[in-house]
Amino acid sequence: MSKDIRIRKGFNLSLEGEANKILVDTYPSKTFALKPDDFFFSTPKLLVKEGEKVQKGSPLFFSKQNQRIHFVSPVGGEVTAIVRGAKRKILEIVITQDETQGSIKHEIPTLESLDQEQLKEVLLKAGAWPFITQRPYGTIAQPEDTPKAIFVSTYTTAPLDVDFDFLLKNNKAEFQKGIDVLAKLAEVTLTADGNFKGFFEKVNNANVVGVKGQHPAGNVGVQIHRLNPVNAGERVWVVNPEDVANIGALFLTGEFSAQRTVAVVGSSVKNPQYYKTIIGASVASLLQQTKLDDAQPNRFINGDVLSGTATSTDGYLSYYNNLFSIIPEGNHYRMFGWLPFVDNNIPSMSKTSLSWIFGKRKARVDTNLNGEERALVVTGEMEKVFPMDIYPMQLIKACLIEDVERMEVLGIYEVVPQDFALIDYSSTSKLEAQEIIRGGLELMIKEEG
Amino acid sequence: MNFLRKSLDNIKKPFGKGEKFERFAPAINAFDTFLFVPNHTTSKGAHVRDAVDLKRTMVTVIIALLPALVYGIYNTGYQYFIQTGEAFTFMDAFVHGAWKIVPMIAVSYIVGLTIEFIFAIYRGHEVNEGYLVTGLLIPMIMPVDIPLWMVAISVAFAVLIAKEAFGGTGMNILNPALTARAFAFFAYPTYMSGNKVWVSEASNVDAISGETILGSLAAGNNVNYSFFEMFQGAIPGSIAETSTLWVAVGALILIFTGVGSWRIIFGGIGGAAVMGFLFNLWGANALMSFDWMNHLVVGGFAFGIVFMATDPVSAAQTNKGKWIYGILVGIFCILIRVFNPAYPEGVMLAILLMNVFAPTIDHYVVEGNINRRKKRWASAQLKTT
Repeated sequence: MSKDIRIRKGFNLSLEGEANKILVDTYPSKTFALKPDDFFFSTPKLLVKEGEKVQKGSPLFFSKQNQRIHFVSPVGGEVTAIVRGAKRKILEIVITQDETQGSIKHEIPTLESLDQEQLKEVLLKAGAWPFITQRPYGTIAQPEDTPKAIFVSTYTTAPLDVDFDFLLKNNKAEFQKGIDVLAKLAEVTLTADGNFKGFFEKVNNANVVGVKGQHPAGNVGVQIHRLNPVNAGERVWVVNPEDVANIGALFLTGEFSAQRTVAVVGSSVKNPQYYKTIIGASVASLLQQTKLDDAQPNRFINGDVLSGTATSTDGYLSYYNNLFSIIPEGNHYRMFGWLPFVDNNIPSMSKTSLSWIFGKRKARVDTNLNGEERALVVTGEMEKVFPMDIYPMQLIKACLIEDVERMEVLGIYEVVPQDFALIDYSSTSKLEAQEIIRGGLELMIKEEG
Repeated sequence: MNFLRKSLDNIKKPFGKGEKFERFAPAINAFDTFLFVPNHTTSKGAHVRDAVDLKRTMVTVIIALLPALVYGIYNTGYQYFIQTGEAFTFMDAFVHGAWKIVPMIAVSYIVGLTIEFIFAIYRGHEVNEGYLVTGLLIPMIMPVDIPLWMVAISVAFAVLIAKEAFGGTGMNILNPALTARAFAFFAYPTYMSGNKVWVSEASNVDAISGETILGSLAAGNNVNYSFFEMFQGAIPGSIAETSTLWVAVGALILIFTGVGSWRIIFGGIGGAAVMGFLFNLWGANALMSFDWMNHLVVGGFAFGIVFMATDPVSAAQTNKGKWIYGILVGIFCILIRVFNPAYPEGVMLAILLMNVFAPTIDHYVVEGNINRRKKRWASAQLKTT
């Protein structure tokens, strides 16, 4: 057991609409979709056609970047649509569920009898490989690499984020099995809330570390930076807690497991709670059970309000998220709203607002930009929410001028866009830091090949 | 409010995308967004945003400037009336000062904002709020009797050469307000130094001799003001620089709201205090033996370090760099005061000098971070091989 860590910088955005500890165990979704865009820098090559019948666990497409990585169907049924966008880019592969199609059963040897390569082959063949992502870049891990560590973070700090101790309460055995599997590939570091580690405290085969601190302390990248920073040429793998359980379930049952427990949260949700469903379930199926405050238009977000991606009521859940946030759109004007110390109901990190007086009060937020984009003027504000030994503004500027060498030495290997979410949020100039870093990462991958 | 919003939307119609006056949209938007925070919603990145924006930040600086400005207006009248020996009330002094200073502020804003609007339309970006602060700072650091046309030319020089030539707000190397003052200082020295410019109407009324404290020290004369008088600010000098007390109130506002860097402010005070103290020990001339505490409250030091050195664009941008930058501004300010009698006021030149060196300071701070990372990479490689 390692020493617990405390992350000092950051900011907790305390919002209305946190999920109650209720787990609803039904999923009436009829259609499911995989969205290649959920996998950063991975171009899909289709293996199925519209109208084709698939089993749960049948491959739908593979990655052009690495043909060994297959993406499999989360349910059995029929491929009913392949939705394409501009330049025929594949946006969604929609499967209509049909239980009679059944699922693919894999022969899984005992864990002890497998060496690392055989173990990787099992994960690849079953379609569980995309659960493993990597630093640098936040792409899907390359099976050819040898990581120096595998990180699983159960500590969450993003606005309204889930409680994994509750979310995985029925999957403790699968979770332990998943950790056992990953521990064969590299040393596993499992981080948990430093104040209450829950059942994670007793997980075997992993180095359990307690983490304390405000957002983004829950970002796994921040934890890696503190505990085992990524150097040039090194790889650290990352697996989400529920996907650890999915990997464990695969080894226990021999079937690809695509369980996805989602908390539907946000101030527009009258009954925020957890739903046990399947990867790629339709948003509509979740909304059937959600009491929505639709007096105003709402924004539907796959993920948290800081780093999630917007979707619509006819969209689908993303591959990795345990969170679905719904907040009001902010399409309104505020007279003289730019004066200091007015509109203090909007949470602000800046002392030019009196919102700090209200302390931990839970706020209602909308999607208003609260100003206009401007040149970078204020300095020092990014460092306050960026708990890594990296100069965020200098790195952002290096990305803007596409200076790959500078990006490298300034620390691009250790960050993903999500780590810059609070910079987006707090920026006086309304800088789009996540967008800029994503562009920088894409350039890095292209240059590095 | 709804009525106002609707009429504004109607007025804005011809400035919309693809409409007749699209080019001039930045101008109309500047007025619109002055009344209303726009209805823009987030389209990428974080879905929710902080309430702070550049307008709010700049207005906070203006609020911080107001105490010094109001006192400066009063002091202008006060200096005039005590020199002429007339009896006067607070209001008399205030009205006299306002009569002098309000036109200067008006000229500064009209000239500066006109140039800003033209550049915004020409370059097709929104009007930046930075000039709201610069435009107020420029008159506040001028001598009261400077002709308005000189204010206008200084403003034009500062905005065009110091700011727009470098690409506009956020790109400038030098602080624009100080550049305006430096321009006036070197272009019209007779209006910017000596003993006839610091008190209102001094050149028209024979009896008046209003030298600044630093000016008389440099000329080898004695100073007849107490520390408290200098701190309170009832002394001759540029319009709003004299009262360290009210500048300190502004400093508190800037530090509390986080808009001004406390690192630069305290670094500067520390640097100047230590430098002043060292010269006290040496004590070779009048300025050297001028008490180090007095150095902090006379002239433009307090105003400069609080409102000019903290300009985030022209200052150092890393936290460590801000300490170094602030300390060096303080040190150079006292150095220039003591060693160069031609420039009894050192803070303007000290800040402009450090503006030029700020990127270098940041460079070395960032290099330190890079080297630390490279060392970590190297030691990681040693471990694996």
